[in-house]
Amino acid sequence: MSKVAAFADTDPELNSADLEPVISVENLVHRYENRTALNGVTFDVRPAELFGLLGPNGSGKTTLFRILSTLMVPTSGHALILGCDSAQEPARVRRQIGVVFQAQSIDLKLTAFENLWHQGHLYGLRGASLKARIEEVLGRVGLADRAKELVETFSGGMQRRIELGKGLLHHPGVLLLDEPTTGLDPGARRDLWQYLQTLRDEEHVSVLVTTHLMEEAERCDRLAIMNEGNVVALGTPAELKSEIGGDVVLLDAARNAGVLAERIRARFNVQTTVLDNQVRVERENAHRFVTEVVESFPGEIEALSISKPALEDVFIRRTGHKFWTEKADEQSNSEDHGR
Amino acid sequence: MATQAAVLSKPAAPISTGVLLPAFTLWWREIVRFYRQKTRVVGVLASPLLFWVVIGSGFGTSFRSGTAAGQQHYMDYFYPGVLVMIILFTSIFTMMSVIEDRKEGFLLSVLVAPVPRSAIVLGKVLGGTTLSAVQGMIFLVFAPFAGAHLDPLQVLLVAAVVFLVSFALTGLGFAIAWPMDSTQAFHGIINLFLIPLWLLSGALFPMSGASGWIRAVMYINPLTYGVEALRTLLYPAMPATFSLPSAMAILALFSLVMFGVAFLMANRRTTRPAA
Repeated sequence: MSKVAAFADTDPELNSADLEPVISVENLVHRYENRTALNGVTFDVRPAELFGLLGPNGSGKTTLFRILSTLMVPTSGHALILGCDSAQEPARVRRQIGVVFQAQSIDLKLTAFENLWHQGHLYGLRGASLKARIEEVLGRVGLADRAKELVETFSGGMQRRIELGKGLLHHPGVLLLDEPTTGLDPGARRDLWQYLQTLRDEEHVSVLVTTHLMEEAERCDRLAIMNEGNVVALGTPAELKSEIGGDVVLLDAARNAGVLAERIRARFNVQTTVLDNQVRVERENAHRFVTEVVESFPGEIEALSISKPALEDVFIRRTGHKFWTEKADEQSNSEDHGR
Repeated sequence: MATQAAVLSKPAAPISTGVLLPAFTLWWREIVRFYRQKTRVVGVLASPLLFWVVIGSGFGTSFRSGTAAGQQHYMDYFYPGVLVMIILFTSIFTMMSVIEDRKEGFLLSVLVAPVPRSAIVLGKVLGGTTLSAVQGMIFLVFAPFAGAHLDPLQVLLVAAVVFLVSFALTGLGFAIAWPMDSTQAFHGIINLFLIPLWLLSGALFPMSGASGWIRAVMYINPLTYGVEALRTLLYPAMPATFSLPSAMAILALFSLVMFGVAFLMANRRTTRPAA
């Protein structure tokens, strides 16, 4: 039993990317009855890092999250949290992780303090030290003055912060959050991310967060982009975007995008991708390229745009399709039932 | 980069959460959540009283002195049955919170905490038991109107029976609710299974007047022993079918078995690949 306690302390002095990973996912595979949700996923999360799992609905994020949080046992492969296998030693892993689910876990009929008080008991905290810790955590999430109020009177953003407080209460080494900003307005969303960054900087908590929002993924230190059960890209947002040469040009075809793409490819010797009725081209000095294309194919192009590469471009480059597709939405529904 | 951490108090990491603290907290949460919902409190107290008065008087006038309950007035005969009904409904319905907890994220947050499953079962079941036992005991205030005048020892024994029946039925409710993900399905089970359980417990009509197979079902129905034990305690002058100790022993066994079933249900998911 004392071994458990030894794991509880992650030394705050050590804060470098070369250290043992806090989360280590190795070749993780998970199959539901008729579908493969995870198809050999591998990545590491480093200490005091804000790590994002970006993917459309149905990409396997939720399944991966369930395995990391010890709710599910994978078909094969390993998910190690601070060296403990989430399938083999769930009790130890549970001590190490703070989990914030997408679904609301707080009790609206209880006060902020009471919610955290029950949570503390579940982790074996009690008495005066629990009280002190609750005050600390409420201060940390900016709700110290609302401790005695029923949570049902709180705004959505404040309720989410109580959820975050629940996850933090027992000093977890790793914080896992499943789409924590779902249903929040943009202001509350920004606030929550601010809190996560503060936690990483001041308490050296390693944070793994799933999201389907590009602008949230941009705020992560590193991220894994997932698609159909695979990690299709892994790195810092800047690294990922830098792999795209130059700018991204989108051309709205007047008639058939496939034909236009074929002709552009033949003429300019560039890679093209067809997305619905658009042709997408990555190209340096895009302003010159655009002039040439428009002159070469008069009347074929209805509109065009040039932009700096974004994470969505990384996704399209790696998968050949857009981030949001109807197919992915259907899959996410079946994933919800698959628990 | 500044590595100076804001030093926050670090409570000594507890070696093990144990069973009692999490069970206590889940028990207390159940009770606080109940009394914060005032309509629930009112409904639970008012409906059995209404039920007893309306059905009891209706039946009483229809079957005056004709029943095998002897010379007892039907209102009096029916009283222990209503007490058991209060316990049955409250016990089972409080465990609907298991389904609600699952629908919301609360159950998930308990499942990822280092809490033994036995603590989850114990906390939830004791929470429901407390609520239904307290309501049953409140209904005991009306006992004098049903012709039962209890001394303190009798009240204590009644409380023990009420607790055992509450505990067993809450355990049963937990076991039914655990694998379900909709409250509608839960209602279906109640109508199909629990209402007949109550009807055939001697609550409405005595065993002595029942025909062969109904009588057999009543014999194996554990609720029969709850109703019978209460009736023996409330009306010591009436002839009893079973002795009080044997009825209570059967109730205790029923409680243990139901708790065991609830515990097995709660553990089932971890042993399967997809929890």
